[in-house]
Amino acid sequence: MIELATPLSEEQIRSLHAGDRVVLSGIAVTGRDAAHKYLVETLIEGPRPLPPADKKIYEELESILRGGAIYHSGPIVRAEGGTWSFVSAGPTTSIRDEIYQDKVIAAFGVRVVIGKGGMGARTLAACKKYGAVYLHAIGGAGVYDAASVSDVIEVFMAEEFGLPEAFWKIRFHQFPGIVTMDAHGKSLHDDLAGSFDKRLTELIRGRDR
Amino acid sequence: MVGLRTSLQRDKEMDEKIIAGALFELVRLTATELPEDVKAALVAGRQKEAAGSNAEFILSAFLKNIEMARERRVPLCQDTGAPAFYISHPPHLSRRFLKGLCEEALVRATAGQYLRPNAVDAVSGKNSGNNVGQGFPPIYFTEWDDPALEVLLMLKGGGSENVGSQYSLPCDALNAGRDLEGVRIVVLDALRRAEGKGCPPGILGICIGGDRGSGYAESKRQLLRRLADVNPDPLLATLENRLLEEGNSLGIGPLGLGGNTTLLGVKIGALHRVPACYFVTITYMCWEHRRRAMRIEPDGTYRVTC
Repeated sequence: MIELATPLSEEQIRSLHAGDRVVLSGIAVTGRDAAHKYLVETLIEGPRPLPPADKKIYEELESILRGGAIYHSGPIVRAEGGTWSFVSAGPTTSIRDEIYQDKVIAAFGVRVVIGKGGMGARTLAACKKYGAVYLHAIGGAGVYDAASVSDVIEVFMAEEFGLPEAFWKIRFHQFPGIVTMDAHGKSLHDDLAGSFDKRLTELIRGRDR
Repeated sequence: MVGLRTSLQRDKEMDEKIIAGALFELVRLTATELPEDVKAALVAGRQKEAAGSNAEFILSAFLKNIEMARERRVPLCQDTGAPAFYISHPPHLSRRFLKGLCEEALVRATAGQYLRPNAVDAVSGKNSGNNVGQGFPPIYFTEWDDPALEVLLMLKGGGSENVGSQYSLPCDALNAGRDLEGVRIVVLDALRRAEGKGCPPGILGICIGGDRGSGYAESKRQLLRRLADVNPDPLLATLENRLLEEGNSLGIGPLGLGGNTTLLGVKIGALHRVPACYFVTITYMCWEHRRRAMRIEPDGTYRVTC
């Protein structure tokens, strides 16, 4: 088990390989469908100058994401005595952010993209070019995953996106996952897809029973 | 002993209170505790994985998650899914009355954080905040002669729902014809396409026939069957077993990261079709198969039956 903590250097990221099991600690932010659309269409590609409210969020997010991690998750959140906590917070399917992720990695210097199900060629290319990895979390295990979120620090865009889709600034303590796409252009998902296809063809064409 | 019928006539409030309490407990239980048969299937799957493999690691994390959710009484998965109710009721119980109580149970469970607010207005994008909306939740009613009320609830996450699919046979690309062999081929294709996206190991609900709408409804209804349930049609029972074995041989494994446990179950139903159409509809359920049933007796007692 490899232990990592944000902020992460390019060198640290490039030392990782698809198949590595890691635990990640430090500051990160959640962001899923609405968040990625906003990151790209408003914060990255929106007309300049940015309106003050957006500019503030840009700066906040940049301070988290530069060398940091974005987690594709829509948590269940509890508010108690003025503080937030995650009740259940596993990863959501990452491929829905494929059209945005490479731009987010490029613009913000994200080092770790966390989700489930893997991502496509654009994200893999960005991981290689800028030095980032895709960390596959334990999908469906919302309570197990939330147990590694030690603090919920702040929330952005909760009104606009609703609680599941908001940006939640969090602190991980040994969040577990498997690197499935590394910064060397290797994707465990692509490798496995070849073997799935091979077996499927045998089962269909071979009619080997 | 006061029957639901008499109590309904004499004291509607009492009836309402009993059923509302039972439904809330049903929602809470479904969101937080996995059925025993599903849990046992995950344990059996773990035994088939290589020691130290990612598959074994992931299945162990799943089992730990199940224990943590039960102990803390919190939702197993942050995506508490789309709720669907399947209600069997005696003739005298009003469906409007029951629908109102189902909605009330969802609202209460959402306020108690047993459910994430998941009902989103499809046009405005606004979340209703309480899991009630247009056609949300769907409720399927069956009238029966039993004096008791039985309510099944399924909570199905969006990730697995997204990888469901429907094929119209014959399918040229796969060389799948209009027979059970064609069904076998398209189901394996659907499973391959779902790969890790539906949170495997999954359970497949399949409908052969019907129309485009009823096919999806029936394929989902098949998921209400217990994993050990044997199909009464021997042809379909054989196909279920074969697909389970062949599906596992694809090697997709837990979360699609490779392994021997890709499926926990395959359940097939069939509906009459028109001569021109031959649909095969596949609904994919994730490893966290949240389905529970509650039986409410005429005397007001209730118990979990699944």
